[in-house]
Amino acid sequence: MSESNGAEPLPQPEGPANLIETEYEVGQDNINPRIGPFGLDIHNPVFAISGLSVVVFVLFTLAFQNHLGPMFEALRDALTASLDWFFLIAGNVFVLICLFLVISPLGRVRIGGRDATPDYGYMGWFAMLFAAGMGIGLMFFGVSEPMSHYDAAFGGTATEGGVRTDWAPLGAAAGDVDAARALGMAATIYHWGLHPWAIYAVVALSLALFAYNKGLPLTVRSIFYPLFGERIWGWPGHVIDILAVFATLFGLATSLGIGAQQANAGLSYLFGIEVGTTAQVLLIVAITGAALISVMRGLDGGVKRLSELNLILATILLLFIIVVGPTLAILTGFFQNLVAYGRELIPLSNPFGREDDNFRQGWTAFYWAWWISWSPFVGMFIARVSRGRTVREFITCVLLIPTLVSILWMTTLGGTALSQLVDGGFTGVQEAALELKLFEMLTELPLTMIASFVAIVLVIVFFVTSSDSGSLVIDTITAGGKIDAPVSQRVFWVSFEGLVAAALLIGGGLGALQAMAVSTGFPFAIVLLLACYTLIRGLMDEPR
Amino acid sequence: MYTSIMVPVDLAHLPQIARAIDTAGDLARHYGAALTFVSITAEAPTAIAHNPQEFEAKLAAFAAEQTTRLGVPIKAKAYAATDPSIDIDKKLLQAVTDTGADLVVMASHRPGLADYFWAAHGARLAAHTEISVFLVR
Repeated sequence: MSESNGAEPLPQPEGPANLIETEYEVGQDNINPRIGPFGLDIHNPVFAISGLSVVVFVLFTLAFQNHLGPMFEALRDALTASLDWFFLIAGNVFVLICLFLVISPLGRVRIGGRDATPDYGYMGWFAMLFAAGMGIGLMFFGVSEPMSHYDAAFGGTATEGGVRTDWAPLGAAAGDVDAARALGMAATIYHWGLHPWAIYAVVALSLALFAYNKGLPLTVRSIFYPLFGERIWGWPGHVIDILAVFATLFGLATSLGIGAQQANAGLSYLFGIEVGTTAQVLLIVAITGAALISVMRGLDGGVKRLSELNLILATILLLFIIVVGPTLAILTGFFQNLVAYGRELIPLSNPFGREDDNFRQGWTAFYWAWWISWSPFVGMFIARVSRGRTVREFITCVLLIPTLVSILWMTTLGGTALSQLVDGGFTGVQEAALELKLFEMLTELPLTMIASFVAIVLVIVFFVTSSDSGSLVIDTITAGGKIDAPVSQRVFWVSFEGLVAAALLIGGGLGALQAMAVSTGFPFAIVLLLACYTLIRGLMDEPR
Repeated sequence: MYTSIMVPVDLAHLPQIARAIDTAGDLARHYGAALTFVSITAEAPTAIAHNPQEFEAKLAAFAAEQTTRLGVPIKAKAYAATDPSIDIDKKLLQAVTDTGADLVVMASHRPGLADYFWAAHGARLAAHTEISVFLVR
């Protein structure tokens, strides 16, 4: 027994990939404390610093929410307003890099080495990346965003002191129903199409490449090995990982809190359940409880099953609306919106010389910061389930197909609401509160109760999926890239996230911390631009 | 009495499983049974190996080393999992079928408070397989 302790020089793999030579061993900085009966395996100092700073931030926000709330919101607004050009350029760079990878010979590189076989079939894989990438957002913005842009565009432009005060995209479409409809749909699809998915694709592909092909730990810092070298295992890497945990945890916890409020509003609208903190905290407890069961069932038994359930429910809802709603308008609308998106894509993504300040800064730059702040979480999760795919397959399934699905989704939900308004004169959706617009749209269709119930279930299951996959990601990062850390750790992160959400819901400060989470989009945007360089360099070394 | 013995091996915790390996070696010699080391690794890089192929090679090397030491032929079989912390139980059950084992000898810790929350892998395996499971503490 004594001859081998499992740490001799490693034999070379059978040539499927191009490993990075480093002395660093996964988990070498980990410590193994025992808390009560549970043994842990956590990265020192990433686990402790990210956990403690989350607690400190929550306490400060609860204590000084009147001061911190406006401060974080001002920070977010300042970033998206003054650096809108930067976010727009970064978004365009990510799309161009992805499109380049599809057509370049680098597209033949296979994640996990030339002989790797995919871990998941197309359906399970697509279900997971879609649920992690957008999921819940599609439920809330599917109806409301096209409606907002349509309203703003139809209302035309307004200026005060030479500055546009309206929220319409580009030059608006004052009084022109068809043009306003096309512009509204194009602007929505722009925010949910190629750009967000390109952000995720760059992060996910980089993580997958450096873990599965280069043999570095599956954690965000590994992407930057080509830039920082061995220093990445020290503080530069700690900072990147802590920032990733921070953005993920606050992004998830605040979405969970705000989502509970929205789900509560929906339940009250449908079933008359009282709106209040008690109901919302109960919802958080239920969602966290379901996520706990799911993380303990593992990736295949938990997240994958839930994601497939989501995909099935979302497909049922989509088909239902297409069949009982304005079928022809939706089907022709899909192609019209595709064309409108293609036509407006370049003007909308142009960062300079535009006058639509409110739209560009308040919508586009905000969205880009938001997607980027989510990208460590979504990217890590997509990376984890994408082993065995070629780069070309990967980009097709993470960028192009989701974009088409987003167009269909927005056309079906938003397009139906717009048809109800424009063709049927129904103003219910236009006047409803944000979280009720989807349900208001469904009241105009048959089987309202059943469809609305499916929608509520979908919202809740999407939340469970996010909470579950997010906790897996945070656990992996705080365990130094180990995906086989003790189960008690992921249980801790799921519960912690639920607690943070509940504390902020009761004490106030959800909006403030969400603003802060979105603000992390700026440092990450810089980090991701660097990742584009290391990604291309890493891919060029791979056998193809 | 036994013809094929399976020993789950954790290359990251060799000192803890030493007794189980020695026990399995003695039993294999006594009954003239075939001996197989089985191990589950992550698809992502671990402290042991950069990828599953490399892990398999290391497990085979360890089995060869123990073959010399114990004087019984030992085969090695590695499994890769996307979520090894959880999938290990399922993979061990699959390994029982794949190796055709009629006895599992594996290391286990003394039961503690944590076992009230989730069972140890050895306990789970014993609960879900028809063959004998020998837990070495």
